[in-house]
Amino acid sequence: MRLWFFIQEAFRALRRNGAPGIAAIVTTVVTMVLLGVLIPIVQTTQGKSEEVREQLLLKTFLYDDATSGEISSLRQTIGEIPHVKAVDFVSKTEALKILGERLDDPDVLKELNSNPLPASFNVKPDDAANLESIRVALTPPDEAGTPRPISPIIEEVKDSREEAQRIEQVTGAVKLVLTVITALLVAASLMLVGNTIRLSIYARRREVEVMRLVGATRWFVRWPFMIEGMVVGFAGGLLAILVLWLGKVTIVDPLSDTFALFAAQNTMSFTLLVAILFSAAIAVSAVGSGITLRRFLRV
Amino acid sequence: MARLRRHRSEADEQAPLRRGPAPIIELDDVTKVYPGGHLALERTSLSIARGEFVFLVGPTGCGKSTLIKLLIRDLDPTEGEVRIAGRNIGVMSDKKIPLLRRNIGTVFQDFKLLPDRNVYDNVAYALQVIGASRTEIREKVPETLRLVGLSTKVHSYPDELSGGEQQRVSVARAFVNHPPLLLADEPSGNLDPVTSIGIMQLLYRINRTGTTVLVVTHDHSMVDKMRRRVIELYEGRIVRDETSGGYDSDESTNEFAMRMRAEMGVGPEGTTNGHSDELI
Repeated sequence: MRLWFFIQEAFRALRRNGAPGIAAIVTTVVTMVLLGVLIPIVQTTQGKSEEVREQLLLKTFLYDDATSGEISSLRQTIGEIPHVKAVDFVSKTEALKILGERLDDPDVLKELNSNPLPASFNVKPDDAANLESIRVALTPPDEAGTPRPISPIIEEVKDSREEAQRIEQVTGAVKLVLTVITALLVAASLMLVGNTIRLSIYARRREVEVMRLVGATRWFVRWPFMIEGMVVGFAGGLLAILVLWLGKVTIVDPLSDTFALFAAQNTMSFTLLVAILFSAAIAVSAVGSGITLRRFLRV
Repeated sequence: MARLRRHRSEADEQAPLRRGPAPIIELDDVTKVYPGGHLALERTSLSIARGEFVFLVGPTGCGKSTLIKLLIRDLDPTEGEVRIAGRNIGVMSDKKIPLLRRNIGTVFQDFKLLPDRNVYDNVAYALQVIGASRTEIREKVPETLRLVGLSTKVHSYPDELSGGEQQRVSVARAFVNHPPLLLADEPSGNLDPVTSIGIMQLLYRINRTGTTVLVVTHDHSMVDKMRRRVIELYEGRIVRDETSGGYDSDESTNEFAMRMRAEMGVGPEGTTNGHSDELI
């Protein structure tokens, strides 16, 4: 009976207080959509960089003119470096085969006249922390301090940690930008929901006055406004989820068939995301209403 | 000043509002200074017993409305104590203020009706917001509307009613919960003399059910003819507290109305407002 009364009052107010209510709903939608995009992106990139870190190894690329004798002696030298767990030789042909397996359309490679890929040694450390010492052993610095490879056939020593760091940098930047935008939008939602409630308090000041006079308790006066705010959050959350779902079905799902990055390996399920966004939307609007009621509703 | 009494009984501190020997309203040396420095009430003391019908008169700005606000604790006194049914409401916790207000009906000059609700809903609203059950609302609202003579206007909206009818709705809303105390701040301020008599008669009828009624007005002529206790405020001080004329507390509502009309020079049976006065 009471709950029904509160809900009725809240909807009565929303009908009369349409424009600011819609503004608040739209802001909530934008905020929640952004949050809904942010969460999977952050998760995907994080998953990616962790994946890279797990596969830490030193790729020692060799010049094409290296003879097999040079290669096998280098293999032995590398194998004797402390902390090296395994040394795998990847020939030019193997490298091409691996690349072919990664591509969806291996025929692309047939277009190539020659094999552009270098042969390499994949040097695995016994522990990720020892990667640096192995690298120094492979390319000790000369008198001037610039690293010199221990063998003339080594073209380059690549550390997958660099890749990991680069990914982390990009992820960090993306995360930062998206977090700032989301924070700003959350603040905007809070204020707009608050403003809606404030206008609603103003529009219903007679009711509030009468309620005070006949002895309604503080929370009895507040509940309809709280519910009004939560209805805004609910509507905003619902619309945001609809937008996200449409985006997922029309954009992300087709793309994830083509691009590995979109095949969200480590992201949470859509249901969980929906649940989180929904609670966030309602929480934001409840807080917005609460703050405004505290400030503007003297009972 | 013969009626001024001072009860100070600490045992009455917890006395329920509806019973007990303490006067329903007691002001003890109350001073109210507004933040701007305006002195609204100065060392005012008064006492109103249960069941009384009291007028509070005085020119605009004499502190009448301040007094009403102090009684429902819309304002706190700067000094002194306001006691309702023996309880000092100044020390009442904020949580209990709504409970205090449930026991005090209030009627205002501007009616304070909700324009988007009909008569029934306006009256029912007062019960809804204090959490009354649906059965209780269905029982009490029609009963109260009958009492104020608005049974036929249940579904009308405030803008379809005359000023007198609107004030009756507002009285019904104040009384629907049967509070032991009813405060009316200029209830006839916006109404013509004939309609005013109708409202006074209604308040008198409510008074005869045992409810204490305090009417604030600046209409001296009406007050003099009603022959009830009159407290006059002037610049924040009580300058008169007496019962004028022959006070007959057993006068019936109809006798009361007839006498009022006679004294005000208005024809019998309220020819202009036409409300049924036969109840009670």
